[in-house]
Amino acid sequence: MTFLAEHIAVLVVIVPLMAAPFCVLIRNSAVTWGWATTIGVINFFLACLLLQQVMAEGTIVYNQGDWEGPWGIVYHIDELGALVVVIVSAIAAIVFPYAKQSIEREIPVERHYLAYCMLLLCMAGLIGMAVTGDAFNLFVFLEISSLATYVLIALGKDRRALTAALRYLILGTLGATFYVIGLGMIYMMTGSLNMVDMAALLPSVQHTGTIHVALAFIVVGFGLKLAMFPLHVWLPNAYTYAPSAMTAFLAATATKVAVYALIRLIFTVFGDVDPLETYGVRIAVMTLAIAGMFAGSLIAIYQSNVKRLMAYSSVAQVGYMILGISIGNAPAMAGGIIHMFNHALMKGALFMALGCVYYVIGSVKLEDMAGLGKRMPLTAAAIVAGGFSLIGVPLTVGFISKFYLVEGALAAGMWPVALLIMMSSLLAVIYVWRVVEIMYFRSPAIGSEARTEAPLSLLVPTYILLGAAFWFGIDATYTGDVAMSAAQTLLGGSK
Amino acid sequence: MSPESLILIALAIPFIGAFLLLLSGPASENVRDGLTVITAIILFGIVWQLIGIVDAGARPSVTLVEMLPGLSLTFTLEPLGMVFAGIASFLWIVTSFYAFGYMRGHHESNQTRFFFCFAIAIMSALGIAFAGNMLTLFVFYEILTISTFPLVAHSGTDEARRAGRVYLGILIGTSITFLLTATIWTYVEVGTLDFKQGGILAGNAPKGVIAVLFGLYIYGIGKAALMPFHRWLPAAMVAPTPVSALLHAVAVVKAGVFSVVKVSVFIFGLDTLAETGASTWLAYVAGMTILLSSLVAMRKDNLKARLAYSTISQLSYVVLGAMLASNIGAMGSTLHIVMHAFGKITLFFCAGAIIVFAHKTDISDMHGLGRKMPVTFFCFFIASLSIIGLPPLGGVWSKWYLALAAAETDHIIFIAVLMISSLLNIAYLMPVVLYGFFGKEKPPAAGGDSHHGHDEHHHAPSTHPLLKPLTFGRAGVADAPILCLAPIVLTTIGCFALFFYVDRIRAFLAPVFGG
Repeated sequence: MTFLAEHIAVLVVIVPLMAAPFCVLIRNSAVTWGWATTIGVINFFLACLLLQQVMAEGTIVYNQGDWEGPWGIVYHIDELGALVVVIVSAIAAIVFPYAKQSIEREIPVERHYLAYCMLLLCMAGLIGMAVTGDAFNLFVFLEISSLATYVLIALGKDRRALTAALRYLILGTLGATFYVIGLGMIYMMTGSLNMVDMAALLPSVQHTGTIHVALAFIVVGFGLKLAMFPLHVWLPNAYTYAPSAMTAFLAATATKVAVYALIRLIFTVFGDVDPLETYGVRIAVMTLAIAGMFAGSLIAIYQSNVKRLMAYSSVAQVGYMILGISIGNAPAMAGGIIHMFNHALMKGALFMALGCVYYVIGSVKLEDMAGLGKRMPLTAAAIVAGGFSLIGVPLTVGFISKFYLVEGALAAGMWPVALLIMMSSLLAVIYVWRVVEIMYFRSPAIGSEARTEAPLSLLVPTYILLGAAFWFGIDATYTGDVAMSAAQTLLGGSK
Repeated sequence: MSPESLILIALAIPFIGAFLLLLSGPASENVRDGLTVITAIILFGIVWQLIGIVDAGARPSVTLVEMLPGLSLTFTLEPLGMVFAGIASFLWIVTSFYAFGYMRGHHESNQTRFFFCFAIAIMSALGIAFAGNMLTLFVFYEILTISTFPLVAHSGTDEARRAGRVYLGILIGTSITFLLTATIWTYVEVGTLDFKQGGILAGNAPKGVIAVLFGLYIYGIGKAALMPFHRWLPAAMVAPTPVSALLHAVAVVKAGVFSVVKVSVFIFGLDTLAETGASTWLAYVAGMTILLSSLVAMRKDNLKARLAYSTISQLSYVVLGAMLASNIGAMGSTLHIVMHAFGKITLFFCAGAIIVFAHKTDISDMHGLGRKMPVTFFCFFIASLSIIGLPPLGGVWSKWYLALAAAETDHIIFIAVLMISSLLNIAYLMPVVLYGFFGKEKPPAAGGDSHHGHDEHHHAPSTHPLLKPLTFGRAGVADAPILCLAPIVLTTIGCFALFFYVDRIRAFLAPVFGG
């Protein structure tokens, strides 16, 4: 076990990364599925061990090939990083079993291996972003995950998936490029790419124009990747036209990891600079976050495709996370962080439930979902329960996030912000209730009243995720502790 | 059994009952209805035991689960909550019997869903009554809102769906924007949400914060139907009458005003409120609500709508008592929760009986109906007297205490408000009885039965002995069947009994409000 304990930091990346090419060699749909699922489950256990280790022993520093930082590439895993690793691998472990039947319905059989391969690569990239302590390495993993994501979206059945993927390709590459430009400027000024090292060197050059510009490039770059309003335009189509399983995976993980990377850069790399304060951008970031919360929810209200509705809701939810970061005290930061985890659970479950709908009726248009409460009672109930979480009804995870965020806003004396958070959750009531009313109080179209439920292999993973969304909403002491200690670690750096 | 486990059992019983109902639903109506009654009776038995325990001076407390570090779902018993729990669980039994008669007589669909949601709503009401901290209260408050939504939108018609939206919009809207904000703000200020005799904010927050917080709390509790957030209650009247009776005359609205009293006493403390004057302006709002909604009630011809506005007015009595920030006022508030519950549930039962068995919803159509349904109308008359506040009925006591409190706190104007309100009560309740007994029956409108309006409900009368109209052996009499009439008579007797036993309740509440 000592080998495992010693190298677990790198194993969580290597296992899926090495497993991916095997999919291309195997090619058989069922076997690749079995392979990928096994890897997903193994990685989930590794991730849990990792989190446990970090919570018990504090930050893990792992030197690649024993080259110490700042010369070698160092993996640097604190509570937050470990939590993100757990989020990504947990979602993967649930989406893989789900993917089999969903993919069979939506992707031609000769491309199945590609889907699993890309999912594993995407997973490796996302986990890599979470564990690395090297800023350039972060870019490499960002590109690994992004390239895989473009393929995953383009696999969608609808031809519009291609334009959605292309648009994301262009904007995503733009974002990554912006990041590298910003990083290059910092490298020019500090001569280092190691995050801890950069953090030590940055304060001496913090008032130079180059660093200002570099930070702007970095924030805009990741703003694109995490769909911060108004840089979110790629997201709705990408989520709408990607295959159901892929949407569930991406919606639950990709944006969260980008948020994580932004937190890492602002609070670790720029930790001693305290950029939000120093450059006076706190209000600007907060305004964008709140604008995103309202714009996303308002647009969601007018959508007729439920997948797109949920995609816009994601734009709004990302706003909550950014808001939590921008307020700048521990409870709010914990709120932002815990919402990454909580939103992964609820949005993952919702998109999986929508995948069930698509599997049975071949559409996720609002009007086609009329009477779904009678036709697919379990799926419809799952959508309602997930919707409760989006609203933030007590005993769901959404409530916990909101509690922390509002607590932070009030503790910072920003009561208008607290009120705005509450009001935006009322918008969630409206868009969720549109779906609920159509499912339960409108009769189905003639000829489609028969009761047909999605297969268990789709329903069970959906309900597991949903169960987690309630479990961590009823007893949030563990996630709350992790988020709080992560927030304190991050903010401790900026004092 | 230890009191702690009794608390959890009391909460679990309606919950388990609800799921058993769901399983047994399709099997047989009788099984399902029997299950409801048994659940209700066991529940009341346990609540009664708990009342005894609290009366003996114990304050059992139990934590279900820790939700966030330092914040948990905790239940702590105290007399105020037990009064609410007691009436809610007792009237559930009565309402269950009534609901069987009503729902079958009315041939409602989706009855299993109906009784399921009903049981969940009762559980939430108990959760609110037992809540040991503000977080727990909020959690069950929201569950209550959500579980009653399907009951409001029960029929699924356009009107019901619209009403459901208003219901949900106002209740969720106020609770999330105001109540949750206030709760978290309290937590930020004092670091705890536990209810404490004398208030947790006392001396722990600046005066300005207390004033703002109090406003947020009182308006956040939308279920108290303080104007201008009262529209949901009339909207909710599209629900089947047992829902209007138990939930919208007792459980839901009383959960609202109970929370108002609870927050005033246990979060702020009446002394703090009196010192800071944070509640005075709300007392005036409550006074306005009392008068305005009584005036609106006079203009409503639909009987249930009239009763709904009457409820809004009566709820503000309770709010007023708490806002006066004196022990006597709060005592009056709590007594009014009880008195009004018995009076108003009787009125709704009567209204429901008239809808189902005489197919009349508008008061102008009920001329002469009292001669056909004498017992129903007599009970309506007695309950009206209790609402108006005349001896020898329970309603007189709560008004007495409220008036005392107004005098004690030098707000003589509210005595006037109470008196005018009594007159208005007479003006909108007595005509129903008068026209019922002495009005001349209108000739049927041209086209025979067309004025029934709800003819889809007009089925042949049931032949089941419990569901057959009672004639008392006299021609021209066809009163509601025994299954509906017995609960009506029972709650009417309750109105009398409360007049004589009020001192028992007062003594029970003495540890909270003094003397």
